[in-house]
Order: sequence, then structure tokens, then C-alpha cells
Amino acid sequence: MADDANQPAEKPSRPAVPPRPGPAAGAAPRKPKPKAPPEPPKGPPDPPPPEGMDPPGFVAALQAGVPGAVAQLTYWVGDWSVIVPAERLLEVARFLRDDSACGFDYCADVTATDWPPRAQRFDVIYCLYSTLNRHRLRIKVRAAEGDPVPSVAGLWPAANWLEREVYDQFGVNIVNHPDLRRILMPDEWQGHPQRKDYPLEGPGEYLMEDPQDWLQVWKLPDESGSEIE
Amino acid sequence: MMTDATEAPRRIGQAFDTDELVLNMGPQHPSTHGVLRVVLRLDGERVVDADCVIGYIHRGVEKLCENRDWTQIVLLTDRMDYVAAATSNLGYVEAVEKLMQVEVPRRARYIRTILAELQRIASHCLWLGTHAMDIGAMTVLLYSFREREHVLDLFEEYCGARLTYNSMRIGGLPLDIPTGWDKRVSAFCDVMETKLDEYEELLTNNRIWVGRTRDIGVISGEEATALGLCGPPLRGSGVSRDVRKDEPNAAYDEFEFDIPLGTRGDTYDRYLIRLEEFKQSIRIIRQAVEGLPEGPVMGKVPRLIKPPAGETYHAVESPKGEIGFFVVSDGRSTNPYRFRVRPPSFCNLQALSRLCKGHLVADVVALIGTIDIVLGEVDR
Repeated sequence: MADDANQPAEKPSRPAVPPRPGPAAGAAPRKPKPKAPPEPPKGPPDPPPPEGMDPPGFVAALQAGVPGAVAQLTYWVGDWSVIVPAERLLEVARFLRDDSACGFDYCADVTATDWPPRAQRFDVIYCLYSTLNRHRLRIKVRAAEGDPVPSVAGLWPAANWLEREVYDQFGVNIVNHPDLRRILMPDEWQGHPQRKDYPLEGPGEYLMEDPQDWLQVWKLPDESGSEIE
Repeated sequence: MMTDATEAPRRIGQAFDTDELVLNMGPQHPSTHGVLRVVLRLDGERVVDADCVIGYIHRGVEKLCENRDWTQIVLLTDRMDYVAAATSNLGYVEAVEKLMQVEVPRRARYIRTILAELQRIASHCLWLGTHAMDIGAMTVLLYSFREREHVLDLFEEYCGARLTYNSMRIGGLPLDIPTGWDKRVSAFCDVMETKLDEYEELLTNNRIWVGRTRDIGVISGEEATALGLCGPPLRGSGVSRDVRKDEPNAAYDEFEFDIPLGTRGDTYDRYLIRLEEFKQSIRIIRQAVEGLPEGPVMGKVPRLIKPPAGETYHAVESPKGEIGFFVVSDGRSTNPYRFRVRPPSFCNLQALSRLCKGHLVADVVALIGTIDIVLGEVDR
């Protein structure tokens, strides 16, 4: 199913459903029950660089300049990325911007991914580029619901709107942001649409009254016992 | 007659308090190129501060794409920057190809380059016409739309659509070019080159045009980089940054072309740069048409697209700037786990409040035009 990934992590327990009338005698045997949907993915693989591959100079400079900050170094299809703890993000970001071997003066993108089964469900991702040395690096920060993630808008003003979008669409708790407001959704909107447990489709006009009502309806089973998708 | 003792005498002019005025521009203002609302704080006619309010046509494209097959998304990328659909297609299919490590045939890469550069010409034509019309030069719109029609005819001949092309597939192209299409593209290049002189004649040395654009919205290279500007606004400030040169995609590494750079970082420089980009696009198209290799246009891809688990970011140069696609696959579903677009219009629009500080209200119109936004992409 296309919508497997959208299922919420915990579902309310289902009320008892009255048994359906059995099949009439001579009717075709019932189809076997469909298999249970697979568990939602628990996070990206974040593979380490393959054996014998040396990380580029700016990664080595970062590891030497901010010792112990890089929790994990990953490489996939030509992209390097580092996973750093949220409390050391600013330190790492400042080093990457100011060090001459790194020179990441351009913050191309800030975004997030949501992996609901994980305790630290959010990955906040910073795509950096250096217009001086022409290389790229991604920083990844893991955060649980409500965990503070420091804003990098002070280092790269470009991150201002991008972090607002991360807050708006995912509800990541970005702290020390100069102007944290919703950006794409209306100010009075409830919920964060890009989360995996937020429904894809609303009920139309009903949504206009109170989105929270719809969120509750969506989680309840319908009469036939199958979930509303 | 004596005045009441309790009433203080009034000085002349005291009635005119010089408070700052808050003015709403948009969301239905014709010069905002869609539904952009700019809240301006004015001191007289000078802009003290500006705040952009966006999201009026937010359709949740990213969420929608996460619930569609990898192949179905090409069609949705058309609907973001709808005046430059081919470059959005290009960025998306290349991001997926990078994630799947698919080899694309050389002929397909050449045709993709031609399509992307034709698209750049069409998009810049629309920009030039509307930007000039905002400032008051009506004629340019009629001229530049004439050439844009020509490009759209070429696109229609290639893929049947004039605006939302759906012109690329993961692994190559849906179909080869029609017979004689490359000749007609070459013929268009010849026509376009002569028409560029007409635009220049109308604007480049036009005293009103220069007066309205020179030293308007000046931004230095360092500041433009820090603010995340991309595309012509960044190059207008003298920063040599073009994804086609720095991280070559499609077949750009096989062609010779120059990256025009500005010196002053004002609206006039950004205008000159886009005019020069017309010429460079024509140059690329000519080389691509002449060297168009034979061969298939579709690489070997499985019928069911299911990239291995992983994530990647891939950027291409759209007419507006760097459009990046961050895609995440969980390795077992046929749709992306996460689909993110780095919209160049969104990042450029962020700089508007910085650009228009201290300028007149009429210049705000020129500045919205010079950063070349498409609200379909800003709001997604």
C-alpha cells in the first residue's frame, strides 16, 4: 500500500466489532486475509564510507578542529554527511563556515525528515555548499519531539525562512530563531502537515471548522472494521 | 475673540504627524506575479521594513509526492515552477537517477540539455516582459512573448504540451525528437539572436529604464551568499556560482559557455546578466544540436522504480537559480519516504525585505521583478 508509511505509531485500541454473517453454504471460500502491513521504517541507513575510502579534507579538518563533535560520518552515492548532537550544532556550523579548508559560506537548504517509530523522531538536515572551495556537506541533527535545536540563522541568514518552514511543517522546536512564525500554513493552523502521522487528505469542508476533529475521526475505525485510509 | 485658556495653541504643521504607515501590497496586486503579500512599513514613500506573507497557494506538493510513485512525481514537479517545468523535471529525474546509480544514454543527456536551455530562454522571456511592464515599458512584453511562443511551439512539437511538459523520465526520455526538430531548434536560435538586439535597443540604453534600475537593490557578494540568493541575483553581485559549471549535470560538461557576472549587484546588472544568459543558452543549444549523438534515449531501468534505501541531494540550475531535490528512499516502498524541493524562488524572495529597505514603494515593484519569482514554486 502506498500509505503504509503514514500510519501513526500507536493506534487507539479498536472497539469490539460485531461478527459478520458467515458465507452461505456452497459459496466460494473466503480469500485469505491480507498480510499485516510492514513496520514503518525506523530511520535512514546512514552507511559509513566504504573501506579504503578517505574522507575529504574538510571532514578531517572538522574532526581535528571540533574534536568529538562528529558522532557519525556517512557516505552515500557521492554525498558526505556528518551526524552531530544538537547541543554541538552551533559549534560545528561556526567552524565549517569560518575555517578556510571548509569555507561553507552558503547554506543551500534546511529540511527535516520524520521517522515516527524512533525516539528521536526528527532528522534536521542542513545542506551546505562552499562557493570558495566548491564542495558540499550535509549536517544531520537528531531531535525528539520538543527537543531544542539551535537556530543557525545567526550564521547563515539564508536559514531564516528555511527553519521557519521546518518549524511549520514538522513542529521541530527551533530555539533562538529571530522570527519563528509559520510560513506556508496559516498562523492559526493546528498540527504539522509533513509529519508522517498527519493525514494526506482532509474531509473537505469539515476541515474548515476544526482540523483537530478530523484528526480524531481519522484515527477511529469505521463500521466495517477496516481503517479509513 | 479670546480662545479658551485650556486649549493649547497649535503650531502650524502639528496636525501632520509623521507616523510610520503600514501598507499592504497584495496578495492581489498585479505586480506581485501571483499571490504574494508584502506588508510594507513606510516612512513617507520610503520603505523602512518589509515582511513577505506567502503560502496562499500552498498545495502540499511535498506531502503529495511522498504518497505517489517515483514515476508519478515527474508530473507534479511541472506544477511547481510552471514557467520552467523542464528544469524541474530535469532536477527530479537526475536526483532519482543518482540515488539508483542509473546510467543515462548520451543522446538523452544532450536532448535534456537542449530542453533545459530552451526552457531558460522561455522563462527569461517571461521575466523580461513582465519585469519591463512592471516598470512601465509595455512594448517589451509583446516582443518577448512572441519569442516565448516560438519556444512553446517547439516544446509542443516535442512532447505535446505547452506549459506542463512531463518531458523526462527516470533513466532517460519518454520519446526521441520528431524528425527535423533539431533543424527547427537551430532556426529558432538564429531568429532569437536577432531579437535580442531588439530588446537591447528598447531597454539597455533607455534613460528611463536605467534610471529605474541603476543602483536599485544593491547587494554585495558576501551578503548575497549569506542570504542564500541563487541564480542571476547571486551572479549579479559578482559571485561565480552556477550549478551547470560547478557541479555539471546532464551534458553541460561537454559544452563551452560562459557565466556572466555583474559588478555592482543592482537591478540593472541583474538585467544585463539575464540578457547575456540568453546568448549563452543559444550557444549551448547550437553545440548540442550540432553534436547530437545517435543512440537510444532511454537507459536500462526496472519497470518498478524502487531505489535502494538511502538519501541524496541533487541540484540543477533552473532559470531562477539552484533548484535542489532532497529525496529519501526507505528501500521497500515504491514511493519516496521524503521528497523535498529546495525552491530557488523561495530562497530569493527571502532577500526582498533586505533589498527594498530605503527604497521607494515604486522600486519594490522593480525589485520583485528583478528576483524573478514564481509563486507556484515559493508556496509549493
